[in-house]
Amino acid sequence: MDDLVILTEYGLYCPQADLFIDPWKAVKKAIITHGHSDHARSGSENYLCHHQSIPILKSRLGNIAVQGLEYKETFTINGVTISLHPAGHVVGSAQVRLEYKGEVWVISGDYKTQPDGICEPFEPVTCHTFITESTFGLPFFQWQTQSVVMQQIQQWWKKNQSEGISSVLFAYSLGKAQRILANLDNSLGPIIVHGATHAMNEACRRSGIVLPQTYRVSELPNASWCKGALVIAPSSAAGSPWLKRFEPYRTAVASGWMAMRGARRWQAADRGFVLSDHADWHGLNLAIQATGAEQVLVTHGYTDLFSRWLCEQGLKSSVLKTQFRGEQVNEPETEITEV
Amino acid sequence: MKAFADLFEALDQTNKTQEKINLLAEYLSHASDEDRLWIIALFTGRKPSRIANTTQLRNWAARAAGLPQWLVEATWHTVGDLGETLAGIIPEPEVPTHQPNSLATTIQQVFHIQSLDSEEAKEAAVITLWKQLSKTERFLFNKLSAGSLRIGVSQGLLIKAISKAFQLEENIIAHRLMGNWDPRTTTFQQLILQPQATDHLSKPYPFFLAYALEDSSQIQQNPSAWLAEHKWDGIRAQLIVRNGQLYVWTRGEELVTDRYPEFHSLVSQLPSGTVIDGEILAWQNNKPLSFQFLQKRMGRKTLSKKLLQEIPVILMAYDLLEHQGMDIRNEPLVKRKKLLEELVHQCNANTLKLSELYFADSWESLLQERQRSAEKGSEGLMLKHRDSVYGTGRRKGGWWKWKVDPFTIDAVMIYAQSGHGRRAGLYTDYTFAVWDEQRKLVPIAKAYSGLKDEEILQLDRWIKQHTIEKFGPVRSVEAVQVFELAFEGIQPSTRHKSGVALRFPRIARWRTDKKAEEANTLADLKTLISIV
Repeated sequence: MDDLVILTEYGLYCPQADLFIDPWKAVKKAIITHGHSDHARSGSENYLCHHQSIPILKSRLGNIAVQGLEYKETFTINGVTISLHPAGHVVGSAQVRLEYKGEVWVISGDYKTQPDGICEPFEPVTCHTFITESTFGLPFFQWQTQSVVMQQIQQWWKKNQSEGISSVLFAYSLGKAQRILANLDNSLGPIIVHGATHAMNEACRRSGIVLPQTYRVSELPNASWCKGALVIAPSSAAGSPWLKRFEPYRTAVASGWMAMRGARRWQAADRGFVLSDHADWHGLNLAIQATGAEQVLVTHGYTDLFSRWLCEQGLKSSVLKTQFRGEQVNEPETEITEV
Repeated sequence: MKAFADLFEALDQTNKTQEKINLLAEYLSHASDEDRLWIIALFTGRKPSRIANTTQLRNWAARAAGLPQWLVEATWHTVGDLGETLAGIIPEPEVPTHQPNSLATTIQQVFHIQSLDSEEAKEAAVITLWKQLSKTERFLFNKLSAGSLRIGVSQGLLIKAISKAFQLEENIIAHRLMGNWDPRTTTFQQLILQPQATDHLSKPYPFFLAYALEDSSQIQQNPSAWLAEHKWDGIRAQLIVRNGQLYVWTRGEELVTDRYPEFHSLVSQLPSGTVIDGEILAWQNNKPLSFQFLQKRMGRKTLSKKLLQEIPVILMAYDLLEHQGMDIRNEPLVKRKKLLEELVHQCNANTLKLSELYFADSWESLLQERQRSAEKGSEGLMLKHRDSVYGTGRRKGGWWKWKVDPFTIDAVMIYAQSGHGRRAGLYTDYTFAVWDEQRKLVPIAKAYSGLKDEEILQLDRWIKQHTIEKFGPVRSVEAVQVFELAFEGIQPSTRHKSGVALRFPRIARWRTDKKAEEANTLADLKTLISIV
């Protein structure tokens, strides 16, 4: 049987159903796994995604023709049964399951296996072929449980506050920002968000996600609220004039890359918190095992190494050269800048 | 070990000097004497020698983590630091064992493992320890095992912290920390708190170092207040004669008396209680030989007659720090220079030369003298205020380095390698090439410093998008980017394919305005050799 999903210059393509998954060029029909900019791109005619992703896609891509699905809801095109399944990556993130004549392929998009308290936790889907990411696919990357990291962030904020210093935390606007908000104790003081973060918070709120109260700078009753506050912003805000109002402040970066001392120092932030919306080494391996797949295709991250490792584990594995990027040390430029 | 790991993490999280001093002082005031001594030993580079080489450590960690060796190696190339990689791939203990071991006991364990006979026994002992330690502790233990623990704490900062914790004067501590002490044969009490007069016999003074001259206006305003002398390219050293004994210390705090028998007769020619600061130089026909020659002497413990004849050394005396047993570092420079001159003349030894002084009457005369540096074989000039004291460490004000302008050449980047440490995960080490006679690019230098952080990020992105081939941590890239390289000298080389070796190559500028075809040629470089 022919491959159910192939790689084309437009992106991952299912010829039998004539649709693309996370294409990087404009196509007729696109299924979108989640709202990060390397997976959700503008220009396509029709979009399909989990219904919680719709406000996020609209916020980022403008007024698009988009249809929403529930997790596990199925529909069929030309004999291919299609459904979405929780990927546990960010709000609305989904794995795409395609079944044709008993052959099942699952495209994971980005995923993490640790529940984060904000999005639907990852569910392994039994399949013959699993298309996986490998952003942190090296044995060096082993995450601590979320509560430990949240406690570190909380303590950092508390200590800064006791010294009259504001805490500026750089985190992805979609995913980590909401995750941090939902898991921190905000009785410590106001949480102020950057415009880019605010846009994603609002999109998630429209999807029915409950987040604690946050403030934009323009909403603050007076400037003294800045002192000792927690500020969540994309890393592009580092060193920007917008941050001046929070002086004196300390900075921190929340990213899986902060596991490497080198990357941490390189960021020139005062602290690095190891927090990622991607699976770590054990997460990737456990997820793959749980699918029972005999073939695993690796899309982005440490693709060559991870694929070789999977082959040595007795799986059939190769690399798909996609244009996905996974988590970056610096978030790709967000369209929203603040002054 | 936990307290040490916490200290390390806290130091790692701040780049503010005062915070570092406070953290260290805090640790020192609470630590046991054994841990205090070891912290000082580690921060002054007195680390235990390694338990195992990096291959052994890698293999042991691969077995402990159940991973293939190639994957451990590839992970290491990505992370950039072996100790960190191995600490990271070994799973955390399910239940932390909370071994109440101190820094000192961990170091005892390192010595114990060193003493084990078989590699199997060493491996078993290391793996047992790995499984008891937390990640940061494992990292520090790995660094100790590999003999490569480096912590971002300068000796100056350590001295400030000790001073703060024990209310001692900084210069006294600096002196007590110098020299040939061994943490296994001394105690914290002996080293820091109750020093004996005889302990000081061999000890050099902390070296006084200078920054590069940035602003010449204060010198131009009053040139006659400044003395100039050539800055020689050798090994900065202190020669000490006390109580009928001779000691030669390098700036790297290495006692090298045995390596330079040329100086041994000075013990009877110089009065006891003399400390001279100078430069060890390979010297022939009244001129220094290039640093390359001195390097041949540096590494050798046994010296053949032939080598001593081929590469004789002298000490070029810059300064007098101790005269008739008195510390005269706080006397004005002109006075120290005068005493030094008398001493060197009385001594009349051909291995002890006086660094020639230039009394500037004008800025122009200084410029002229600096221009003679290449011909004399020096790196440029040192400018010293006539009243300057001999300070401690690198300070601004009294002394300035005023090196000759470096040579520059435009070269094309052809390989990139990911960096280590602070720059791990980014492509920061580059190989550069120039055009040979057949218009092929031949590599001439590797360089990594000199770019701004944002330029490194930009270049990193470019490299990832324009890779031709990957070999492990190295990528070959399209020959597009041109850089101006600065370097201090150039020598013929049989080791390099290009036939030339550059001294201290570094990136001066990213020439985005130039095309690869416009880069220099090998012939251009070879003409430079004849100039030098």
